[in-house]
Order: sequence, then structure tokens, then C-alpha cells
Amino acid sequence: MSTVLELKDVTKSFGGVTAVKDMSFKIEQGELAGLIGPNGAGKTTIFNLVTGVYDVTKGQIELNGKNINKLKTYQVVALGVARTFQNLRLFTASTVLENVMTAAQRYHSYSFLEAITHLGRWHGSEKATRKESMELLERVGLASRANQAAGTLPYGLQRRVEIARALSLRPQLLLLDEPAAGMNPEEVEELNGLITGIHNDFKLTILLIEHHMDMVMAICPHIVCMSFGAKIAEGEPDYIQNHPEVLKAYLGDEEDE
Amino acid sequence: MGGYSIGIITLLLINCIAALGVSLFTGFTGIFTLGHAGYMAIGAYTAAILTVEHGVGFVPAIIAGGILAMVCAYLIGLPTLKLVGDYYTIASLGLGEAIRLIIENWQSLTRGARGYPGIDNYTTLPVALTFFVVMAVGMFFLVNSRFGRAFKACRDDYVAASLLGFNTARYRVFSLAISGFYCGVAGALLAGFMSFIQPIMFDMAKSTELVSVVVFGGLGSMSGCLIGTTILTLITEMFRPISQYRMLIYGLVLVIIMVVRPEGIMGTHELTFSYIKSLFCRKKKVAEQGGAQ
Repeated sequence: MSTVLELKDVTKSFGGVTAVKDMSFKIEQGELAGLIGPNGAGKTTIFNLVTGVYDVTKGQIELNGKNINKLKTYQVVALGVARTFQNLRLFTASTVLENVMTAAQRYHSYSFLEAITHLGRWHGSEKATRKESMELLERVGLASRANQAAGTLPYGLQRRVEIARALSLRPQLLLLDEPAAGMNPEEVEELNGLITGIHNDFKLTILLIEHHMDMVMAICPHIVCMSFGAKIAEGEPDYIQNHPEVLKAYLGDEEDE
Repeated sequence: MGGYSIGIITLLLINCIAALGVSLFTGFTGIFTLGHAGYMAIGAYTAAILTVEHGVGFVPAIIAGGILAMVCAYLIGLPTLKLVGDYYTIASLGLGEAIRLIIENWQSLTRGARGYPGIDNYTTLPVALTFFVVMAVGMFFLVNSRFGRAFKACRDDYVAASLLGFNTARYRVFSLAISGFYCGVAGALLAGFMSFIQPIMFDMAKSTELVSVVVFGGLGSMSGCLIGTTILTLITEMFRPISQYRMLIYGLVLVIIMVVRPEGIMGTHELTFSYIKSLFCRKKKVAEQGGAQ
């Protein structure tokens, strides 16, 4: 197994506030890992650092052994990283299919000249983009909603569109930011099935941020727990569940009461 | 058809070409511009100087006008479109005026504020129509391709777009360059239509007019901007007898559309057969519901 993502003493400060402090962990090829922690622990900041939305203040982020600190967002995507967002970022006015096609077109290119004449590779590429997007929508169970405006779907389904859109980038590493936020237990159950399913089918490495402890405990064999920007525990679910620091972060310090 | 109506139609087609360019940039890429008349001026003066002083044929001269405007747009876009937000809009305010003032003061080349006379009347109706059809088809095809989706992605959510692998700054500059080309060609055609051009023709008012027809027709709809241009051009022509007062009516129409239909005539829809059908069906549905109650 090789290491896909490695953070080495990564620190991110916004002015005087340190959002992430000396964070280090490794994600191996083919893992389904979870990143947990209370609100404001800096989990999403980690995703923003990895995907190049923010610049790293100190430390190294390596993807397949290559430093990606200075890369721009679209360059990180080109190296095989895709992500979803905590507060959905779909193109709400476009249809579900268009949303996925916007990402899937990356692998079915044609020139500007072919675009303005609709000749040459245009027809074949558009058809392939559409076909691939439909297959992914079928995979997440949304084929019947393909022509609906993305913004009109219920929250849970919009998350599925985001997952399909991220998958169409054919990533090696998929970052899911709170995929189960705002879902009821049955929906979470379904989503668990979907995530473990795509993890196996697409041979993905997945890093998942989640608040639903049950979900993370159920599907992630490797969990990193952070609080106030620093890592407090890392290991298997059983270890995490009984770790005193984790309990303290989630349930509060007993002595305070 | 009389000479007058042929003139109106030719002018309309020229305005439509410019509106297509602005619609791509403002409607589809989501960046407001208040300086696109500057690109028209570049196209107009390039074509005028090439045909009058260098004896170049009008077709290459028009295309050269478009290309020079495109190059200028590209160079202007490189530094200003790296930033997200309204920076380009503010910059465009100055740029449009700067281009006009350069033309006004470069006496040796452009003959300054007195204007540039004696341009061949090369923009006949068939010439304008040919340019319009070719460029409109190209534009409709363009927005209905991977580039169109990329532009819309940059408009709707640039963070998401960059995380889908788009270099958003590059797409914004690209969009501006194409839109500059369209405006340059429109300007070059205008020079051949009027046979006399003056820097004052390409002032702020012209830039505002270009953006207002696009907003009027619907941001994100190519057919919308054509409809918008048609309506607004015809209104200004219809009320020509009352001279300057017609601008009041122009303003009134804009206010009415803002109040009644803020998304513009077409919104983000295109005037396709299925859209007309859906409009019709919706009306029928509403009527049926009304009947049931």
C-alpha cells in the first residue's frame, strides 16, 4: 500500500487565529478514513488546505509523495482530488444532468473551433459526456431526476448530485464534507451503503468529515479526531470511542461540572 | 422595402452582434461591463483606417477590427479578471473612456474629435446579415458546448467551478476576448454603415445601452439578448419624431421590465420550440386550475 495523502505538521492561521495547528496524518491507498471533531475544530479547513482553496501557513501537504502546498485548486483537481461541500455548492439553476456534465466534460474534450461549428469531435464528445453523467446519476439513484433543476431537489438528493459530480472527475482521492448533514437515520443508512459502494466500485480512497458518530464508527476503519485545530487521537473506532481526550472534546470535562 | 427600413434592419443586425458579445460576457460569464463601446470603437477605427488609407478589402478589414478588439480585450482582461468580484466592472468604466480619449487625441491616426469621414458604404444589408447569421450561429453553438457550461459554472459558483478543475480566471479572460471580437466586428460594420465615425459615438451611453439590452432580454439567454436588442432598437426608432424625448420612453421600458419581470424577458431560457410549448402548457394548466376552482 502506498500513501495517498500525507499532512506533515500543517498549520493554518488566519491573522491571529490558528485554525489548524501542527496537524499530521496519513491516508493510505484504498482507505475509507473519517475525520471527526466538534464544531469549529478545523475539519473543513483541512479540506480547504488540501484542495488549495487556502494556502498553508506552515508544514507540508503531500499527494502521492509530491508536495502540493503551492498548487492552485484546479491543479489539485488535475492530480485526482475531488470533493463535496458542507454547504452544497451545486449550480442550482442548471439541471442535475448539466451539473454532472460540467464536471464530466473534463475527459471528453474538443477544440474551440469544433465547439462553435458543432462539427468534428463535438457530437461524439457531448454524447460520451452525457452517457457517463447518466451512468453516474444512475449509480447514486438520481437518473429519473436528471432534467430537474438541481436547486429544486431535496437536501439529501442534492448531496447525491454533488457526489456524482465529484465522481465524474474520476478522482483517486475523494473528500466528502459532512455528507450526512441534516439527514434522518434512514437516509444516513442509505448514504452509508452508497459511500461504501462507491468506495469499492471505483477503487477510491475516501476521507470523510462527519458529525454523525454512528456513521463514522460504522463505516470508517481509520478515524482521525481533532479538536481546536489539533489532532487529539487517531486509530480504529473502538480506540477512538474510548479515548479520554475524545470523550472530553465531545462530552465536556467532568471536572467542569 | 424602402431605404429607411433597410437602414433600420442593418443597424439592428449590427446592434445584435454587439449584444451577443456582451451577453456572453455579462449574461453567461456573469461579469458586468460598462466599457464595451470601447471595443466597438477599436473595431470601427481599425476597419475605417484600413479601408480608407491602406485600400484593404472590407471583409478582411472588418475581421481585422474584430481581432484587434479581441487582442485589446485579452490584454485588459489578463490583469483585471484574475480578481473575482466587481473589479472588472469598475476598471471597464475607465477603460471604455480611456479608449475613446486615446482615439480622440491621436490626431495623426484617427483625425481626433472631428471624426473620420469618407468610409466606403460597405455595410449593406446582405453583408450585415451574413456576418450576423454566421456569428449568431457560432455563439449559440458555443454556449451549447463544454465552453458554455464552463462559463456558466464560473458565473454560478467560481469556487465550485475551480474545484471541478476549471481555471476560472482563464475562462473569464477567454470570454472577454470573444466578446471583444464580437463588439469589434459590430463596430467595424457600424463604420461601414454610417460612413462617418466619431469618438463620441462610443461613449458611456453606448456602453450602458449594450448592457441594458442584455439585462432587458435576460442574463444567460442568447435569444433573449436578440429580442431585447430588437425591442429597444425599434422603440428608439419608432419615437424618432419626438427626438431626445424618446430616451424617456427607453427609460420607461427598462423600468417596466425591471418591475414586471426582473429576470429579463427570457430569463435564462432560450427561445426554442420546447420552451414555447412549455409556456403554452403552463398557461393551459393555469387556466384548468382556474376553471376547477
